[in-house]
Amino acid sequence: MTSKAQQRSNVVQGTLDMLILRTLLYGPAHGHQIGKHIQRTTNDFLQMQHGSLYPALHRLERRGWIVSKWETPPDRNREFKYYRLTDKGRKQLVVEESQWKQMSEAVARVMWPAEEI
Amino acid sequence: MRWWQIKRRDQDLELELQSDLELEEEELRERGLSGEEARYAARRALGNTTLIREQTRAVWSGAWIESVMRDLRYGFRGMRRNAGSTVFAILIVGIGIGGASTVFSVVNALLLRPLPFRDPGQLVWISNGENYSTQSEHYVDLRNQNHSFADLAGWSGAYSPGNMELTGTGEPERLTGVPVTENLFAMLGVEPAIGRSFTKEECEGKYDAPLAVVLSNSFWRRRFASEPSVVGRALTLDSRPVTVVGILPASFDFASVFAPGAPIDVFIPWPLADKAKPQGNTMAVVGRLKPGATIAGAQAELAGLAKQLESQHPERNTIKPRLVPLEQHVSGQVRPALMVLMCAVVAVMLIACANLSHLQLARMGARQKEMVMRAALGAGHFRLLRQVFTESLTLSGCGASVGLLFAVLGTRELAHLQAFNLPLLESVRVDGKTLAFTLLATIATGVLFGLAPALQVSAYKLREGLQDASHGSSSNRRHGWFRDGLVISEFALACLLLVGAALLIQSFLRALDVNLGFQPERAAALRIDPSFQISTAKQANAFIDDVLQRVRAVPGITAAGIGDILPLDGDRGWQVGAKGQVYDKSNHPEAFIRVVTDGYFDALRIALKSGREFAQTDRETSEPVVMVNETLARTLWPGQNAVGKMVTQDGGRKVIGVVADVHHGGPERQGGSEMYMPMRQTGDYAAMRLVVRTALPPDSLAAGIRTALQPIDPNLPVTEFQTLQGLVDKVMSPRRFLVMLLSGFAGFALLLASLGIYALISYSVNQRTKEIGIRMAMGASSWLVQRDVLTKTLRLAIAGVLVGTLGSFALSKWIESLLFDTASTDPAVISGVILLLCSVALVAGYVPARRASRIDPMRALRTE
Repeated sequence: MTSKAQQRSNVVQGTLDMLILRTLLYGPAHGHQIGKHIQRTTNDFLQMQHGSLYPALHRLERRGWIVSKWETPPDRNREFKYYRLTDKGRKQLVVEESQWKQMSEAVARVMWPAEEI
Repeated sequence: MRWWQIKRRDQDLELELQSDLELEEEELRERGLSGEEARYAARRALGNTTLIREQTRAVWSGAWIESVMRDLRYGFRGMRRNAGSTVFAILIVGIGIGGASTVFSVVNALLLRPLPFRDPGQLVWISNGENYSTQSEHYVDLRNQNHSFADLAGWSGAYSPGNMELTGTGEPERLTGVPVTENLFAMLGVEPAIGRSFTKEECEGKYDAPLAVVLSNSFWRRRFASEPSVVGRALTLDSRPVTVVGILPASFDFASVFAPGAPIDVFIPWPLADKAKPQGNTMAVVGRLKPGATIAGAQAELAGLAKQLESQHPERNTIKPRLVPLEQHVSGQVRPALMVLMCAVVAVMLIACANLSHLQLARMGARQKEMVMRAALGAGHFRLLRQVFTESLTLSGCGASVGLLFAVLGTRELAHLQAFNLPLLESVRVDGKTLAFTLLATIATGVLFGLAPALQVSAYKLREGLQDASHGSSSNRRHGWFRDGLVISEFALACLLLVGAALLIQSFLRALDVNLGFQPERAAALRIDPSFQISTAKQANAFIDDVLQRVRAVPGITAAGIGDILPLDGDRGWQVGAKGQVYDKSNHPEAFIRVVTDGYFDALRIALKSGREFAQTDRETSEPVVMVNETLARTLWPGQNAVGKMVTQDGGRKVIGVVADVHHGGPERQGGSEMYMPMRQTGDYAAMRLVVRTALPPDSLAAGIRTALQPIDPNLPVTEFQTLQGLVDKVMSPRRFLVMLLSGFAGFALLLASLGIYALISYSVNQRTKEIGIRMAMGASSWLVQRDVLTKTLRLAIAGVLVGTLGSFALSKWIESLLFDTASTDPAVISGVILLLCSVALVAGYVPARRASRIDPMRALRTE
C-alpha cells in the first residue's frame, strides 16, 4: 500500500508543487478544492493522492510560497483551511513554469523531431 | 518550528483532513450515494489518514523528535512488559560498557592524555646505556655543549623513600625528598602554585645542608592542611633549618610520572658544584628539544659528545646516552598490557552484543504478529526499522548509564590504589573523552545488537506473517544459522579471552613461584636512623649493638639485623674487582652494594652457601671483610672458591662468605652481582633499616620495638612497619593488575557465552516441542532425546572453541611479551581452556536437554 502511494507521488512530485501554485493563482482555496480542481481540469487523469497533496501543501507553506488561514466561506457555517499564494510563491510559479516549458519542449524535440522547425 | 507547537499543528492537520473527508462525503452524497456508502467511499478515497499525517508531519522540522519520543515511549512500555529480560540485558550492557569505559579511562590517562607538562611532545628521557643514571659531571658538560636541546634538567635517582627526617613542628616524620637541578620545574613547564622555585644561590649551597625546599602538593595538603602561609616558614629537616619557598601545583605529581607507587614529599636543590654530593651514576636526565630538532639528530649529537667526554675525562664513568620520548619512557612498558586489555574489552562487548542480539531476536519472534500487523496497517518499512533501532538503542542507553556508574566507581577505586606500581594511575578518571567513548560504545552496541532483528523486519510479509507467525516458521529456520553463528562466535571470543587470561595467570603463578633468594613472609623492616648526630665509627657501632640487643630481646622476634637497602627497593651499585686483577674499562664488573649487620641474612633468610656470615666482632678495629653473592663469586673467581679471596674495595677486603643471589629487580629479572659490606666497618650508607623476622604478625610488634628503642632514641620518628611481602606485592602489582582485570573479563565472557548457548538451546527445544513430542510418541527414549540436544550443544561449542583456538594461535606472538616463563601456545593451558568451555557448554545444555526429555508427547501435540 505504502509503496504504491509513494510511487504515484514520485511521478507527480516534480510538478505537483507547480500545479498547486498554479491552482492558487485563481484565488484562495482549501485542500479539498485544490485536489478536486487538479483532478477535474485533467479530466481525472491526475489522481490526487492525499498522501502527497497534504505533505506538499505543508512543504510549500514552510518554504513561504503559500500561507494558510482558517476561514468560513460565505455559503458555509464551518471553517476551512484556506491556502493563499504569496509574492514569493508567484515568483516561484514563474520560475517553475519556465522550467517546465523548457523541459517539455526539450522532450518534444526528441520525441517528434520532424514536426516543427 | 518548536517541538511544543507540534501538537497544535497536528490537531490543525487532523481538522483539515476531517473537513476534506466531510466535503468528499457530501459530494458523493450529492452524486446519489446513500449516507453509509458515501462515508465509506470517502474514507477509501482519503486513504490512510495516519500515514498522511505521519508523512505531513515529516515535512515539519523537529517533528522527528516527537516521533522518536513516541518510539521511546513505546520501547519503554515494551521493556516494562518484559521486565526480567530487560533487567538482564541492561545489566549485561552495563557491565560490558562499565568495564570498557573503565579500561578506556586507564588507557586514556596512561597512553592518550599528554603528560601534565608544557608541550610534552618535546620532552626526551636521556638514559645512560639501557636504563642507568648519568654522572652529574657528564650532565653538566652535555648541557653546556649540546645544540639540540633548549635545556636539560635532572634529579637524583639515588633518593630513597623516607630519606629525610622532619622534626620540630608536630610529630617527627620521615619524608621522601628528591634533589633536583635548579631548572627542572621550569624546563618541564611547571609553575609552583604558591611561592617560587629555587634560586641560583640556593642551588650553590651544600648537598647535605639545603637552604630551601619546595613541597609537593599532596604533602602540603596532608601535613599542613593546605595552609598557604607555610611558604616562607622554616622547617627542621635532618636537624637543619630550611625555608619553604614554594608549593607545587596539584596537577604536577612527580611520583606518579617518574616513580609510581612511591609518593614524594619535598624537593631540595641539588648543588652540582659541591664535591660532597653523591658520586657516580646518580642522575636521571630529561631534556626539552629545541623547536625543529629531532630525536634522531639529538641522539647522534649526544653520542658524539659522549665519545669526546669519555676521551677527555678517562677518570669518569662511561656514558652512552640513549634517547627516548619521555611519553614512551613513562608509559611504554604498560602499553602492550593496556592494548591487550582494550582488545579484551572489545571482545567482551562483542560477546555481549551477540547475546543481546539473540535475546532481541527471540523477543522479535514473539512480537512477529504485532510487527506484521503494523506493517499491514501501513507502517512504512523505514518506520519499523526505526522502531527496532530505537528499542535496541534505548536498551543500550539504559545499560550505558548503569555502566557509567560502574566506570565512575571503578576509576575512583583504581585511582586510589597506591599499591599498584603503574605510572599516572592517580590521574585515572571519567573525563570528557571517556564520556565520548562511552557514548560511541553505546551507539555501536545498540546498532550492533539491533542489526539482527532489523534485518528480520524485511521478512514481515503480510500474508506469510499472519498465517505463519507461530513456531517453526520458515523465517525462523532462515535465522537458525544466524543464531548458531552468534553462539559459535561467542564461544570463539570467550575461548580467546580465556586462553589469554589463563596464560597470564600461569605467568603470574610462575612469577610467584620464583625463588627470590630471600623469604618475604614474616619479614618486616622499620627505619631507625638515629635522630641525633653520630660522628665517630665507635659511636655508630655502640648504637648498632644497643639496637640489635634490645630488639632481639622483644618477644616474638626470631631474628634481627640492620641494612641500608632492602631487596627490591633501590639499586646502589659500583664497580668491583678482585685484587690483583686488571679489567677492561668498558667491561668492568659491577655489583649492587648492600651495607648490612649480622642477623640481616637470618632475618631475610638469605641462604649462606659457603664461609661464614658477618659477626658482631667484625667492627672498626678488626680485619676489613666483605661478603659476595654467588653471581659475583662466579664473575670474579670463576671456578674457584671465593672465600678467603680479596676484593679491591677500600684498599682490600677479605671475602668471608658467599650467599645466595637475591632477585633485586623483582622475580622476573635476574639478580646480578651483589657485594655486602659490614655496617660496623663503614660509614657509607644513607639509611638504617631494621629488618626483623617475627613469629607473630609484624603489625603487633611495631609498638614493642618502638618501646624497646625508646631509651636509645626518644625522638625516633613514628613510621609504619614495611613488610617485605608488601615490597614483593608492589613489584608484582602491574602483573597482578593485568591478571585481575583480564580474568574478570574472561570470567564475564565465559558467563555470557554459557548464557548464550543456554538461551539458544532452550529456544530450539521450545521451537521443536512438537517434533520432539512426535519422536517420543514414536518411541524415542528420553535418553535419546537428551543425547540429541547435548550433541547439538557440544557441536556448537566445539565449533566455537576450534575457531577460538586457531585464533589464539594466530595471536600468540602478540601476547608473548607479556608472558613470563610460559609459552604462548602452552598445550596444558589451551587444553584446559577447551575442556572448561566444553564442560560449561554441557552444563548449559543439560538444563534444556532435561526439559526436552521430560516433554509429555500428548501435551506437546495438543499445544499447536
